Amino acid sequence: MSEQFVRFEEMPSSFAFDAESDAEIARVLAKYPPNKQASAVLPLLYIAQGQMLRQTGSAWVPVAAMDEVAKRLAMPAIRVYEVVTFYTMFHTSPIGKWHLQVCTTTPCWLRGSDEVVAACRKVTGIHGWNETSADGLFTLSEVECLGACVNAPIVQVNDDFYEDLDGASTERLLEALKRGEKPPYGSVIGRQGSAPEGGPNTLLEVGAK
Amino acid sequence: MLSGADRIFTNLYGMHDWRLAGARKRGDWDGTGAILAKGRDFIVEQIKESGLRGRGGAGFPTGMKWSFMTKQSDGRPHYLVINADESEPGTCKDRDIMRFDPHKLVEGALIASFAMGAHASYIYIRGEFYNEARHLQIAIDEAYKAGLIGKNACGSGWDFDLYLHRGAGAYICGEETALLESLEGKKGMPRLKPPFPAAVGLYGCPTTVNNVESIAVTPTIMRRGAAWFSALGRPKNTGTKVFCISGHVNKPCNVEDELGIPLRELIDKYAGGVRGGWDNLLAIIPGGSSVPLIPKSICDTVLMDFDSLRDVKSGLGTAAVIVMDKSTDVIRAIARLATFYKHESCGQCTPCREGTGWMMRVMYRMVEGRAEPEEIDILDQVTRQVEGHTICALGDAAAWPVQGLIRHFRPVIEQRIAEYKGRALPLAAE
Ligand SMILES: Cc1cc2nc3c(=O)[nH]c(=O)nc-3n(C[C@H](O)[C@H](O)[C@H](O)COP(=O)(O)O)c2cc1C
Ligand code: SF4
Ligand code: FES
Repeated sequence: MSEQFVRFEEMPSSFAFDAESDAEIARVLAKYPPNKQASAVLPLLYIAQGQMLRQTGSAWVPVAAMDEVAKRLAMPAIRVYEVVTFYTMFHTSPIGKWHLQVCTTTPCWLRGSDEVVAACRKVTGIHGWNETSADGLFTLSEVECLGACVNAPIVQVNDDFYEDLDGASTERLLEALKRGEKPPYGSVIGRQGSAPEGGPNTLLEVGAK
Repeated sequence: MLSGADRIFTNLYGMHDWRLAGARKRGDWDGTGAILAKGRDFIVEQIKESGLRGRGGAGFPTGMKWSFMTKQSDGRPHYLVINADESEPGTCKDRDIMRFDPHKLVEGALIASFAMGAHASYIYIRGEFYNEARHLQIAIDEAYKAGLIGKNACGSGWDFDLYLHRGAGAYICGEETALLESLEGKKGMPRLKPPFPAAVGLYGCPTTVNNVESIAVTPTIMRRGAAWFSALGRPKNTGTKVFCISGHVNKPCNVEDELGIPLRELIDKYAGGVRGGWDNLLAIIPGGSSVPLIPKSICDTVLMDFDSLRDVKSGLGTAAVIVMDKSTDVIRAIARLATFYKHESCGQCTPCREGTGWMMRVMYRMVEGRAEPEEIDILDQVTRQVEGHTICALGDAAAWPVQGLIRHFRPVIEQRIAEYKGRALPLAAE
């Protein structure tokens, strides 16, 4: 396993938005003033990355797709390249089916993100960061605070947060993914959102209204 | 304890229907048209009188900020931009508002935009909040369909459009001018100020940037009155606040209470106390990663509000309380934050770009103890050369946690260095 850098020559030489993407693009462009279409660069890159996922099983943005986004928005291609590389959520090489994004920032670390990282390594066999498992199932990344710290530690799997993890529950989660199951996201210990474990001691009267 | 009747976020934990029907049952969208009918000036005055201070970290008075928007448009449109980038380590309150009480934010967006003469508002939400964005978009669509926003919003005669825009992973986009750059389709690099956004903001137009929580509390303030809000909390630190309690407590959680609640009461009452008891407490970061930590001796008595925490050389920040018990390697805890700031620096100012990397490297040597005692003072001096010498406040945010560590835990660092020397020297002599 390794970081799957795709050499430029090996990238798809062309990219065209499909009908589903085109419909989404039309909705997105309506959000911004007519002469400010560059605002749509992040949404269009998401749409391109989503189409790659649909078509190839891997969510990434080849250079040909960046060029297509630039054309649609009448921007110089270099501006799109700059944007793609500035933000962490776009991938310039193929990634695994499940992108495991482990938060290791201090609040998650205080509650055991080291064990979560170890469990990810153990089950996937991936040792470094941003590497993909040999079977193409997992890519493992270290991320900064995901904004869910009272439910730490967190792993984001593709779009979904798995919360209140420890080593054992992380292993169970990844084993399930391996079997082709996708457990419901959220707290793995059944907490109600960000309420304290065991249930809230506030807001109890609200339901009665 | 704040009474249930005075809580604003009555669905904070998502125990009830978050959609329009449920939100209406909890009082949202009740008489919004009548609030707008009272006029721009009235709304801005009420928010001023309520004493509301921005919930995004800096605590700037919200009503005053709104009054910076010119009364008469010079032809350029006005914008309200809502900051839902929520990436400050420890902070996860806007997330709950957006996934479980999204209509409070949508209604607040209308009221605030109307009060500032804005016909359009953008909510910039961090890209990782995919499911939160989904809920919020559903709430926006519901509000359009019900005629609450859109043309002639709530029958007020005011046209109002609200758009959701997803970021793509960059803490710096929470800084308001970086956010505007990002929203314009560029790299999220902060702008030099002045000009301030109220003069030259989104697309060069007058713009106000406010945090999600600041906007989401305004409908309740307007309905219940400025006097109700300002009677909660303490003078100049009024109202309620959502606190996020993470780290070494028995039951981490989010909770809304009055500003000025004693820190210890907050933790004991809501978060099940410190792991191993209050005496097992080492230190707390009381306002998100960017504010200096405070040791147990200060935590014993400090109140959770802007001014009380400033008086102990820390800050309320985002009210994200990160608790560390005595088992914590406090040097490593702060070193990890140094890594965070190094990773998130946008790189356009030299003191920040170089300083965050330098601080991180020295901090990790301090974790091992592989340093000279004099380097503690050098590290402190470097933080002061970063602080205040950069385009945006990320430089300050990177400096303060390290300063707090040195201020309160210098003996721990010194001991670590001595231990390392004790281990290293006999080896060298062998
Ligand atoms: C590096 C940096 C990151 C920030 N991140 C956020 C954020 O995620 N959310 C937020 O509301 N404000 C954030 N802020 C503060 C904003 O710049 C701005 O002050 C705030 O959104 C204003 O809203 P308020 O007046 O309602 O508090 C950040 C500031 C800095 C310097
Ligand atoms: S202080 Fe840091 S993050 Fe802010 S503008 Fe300068 S380099 Fe960028
Ligand atoms: S530190 Fe991991 S979610 Fe905030």
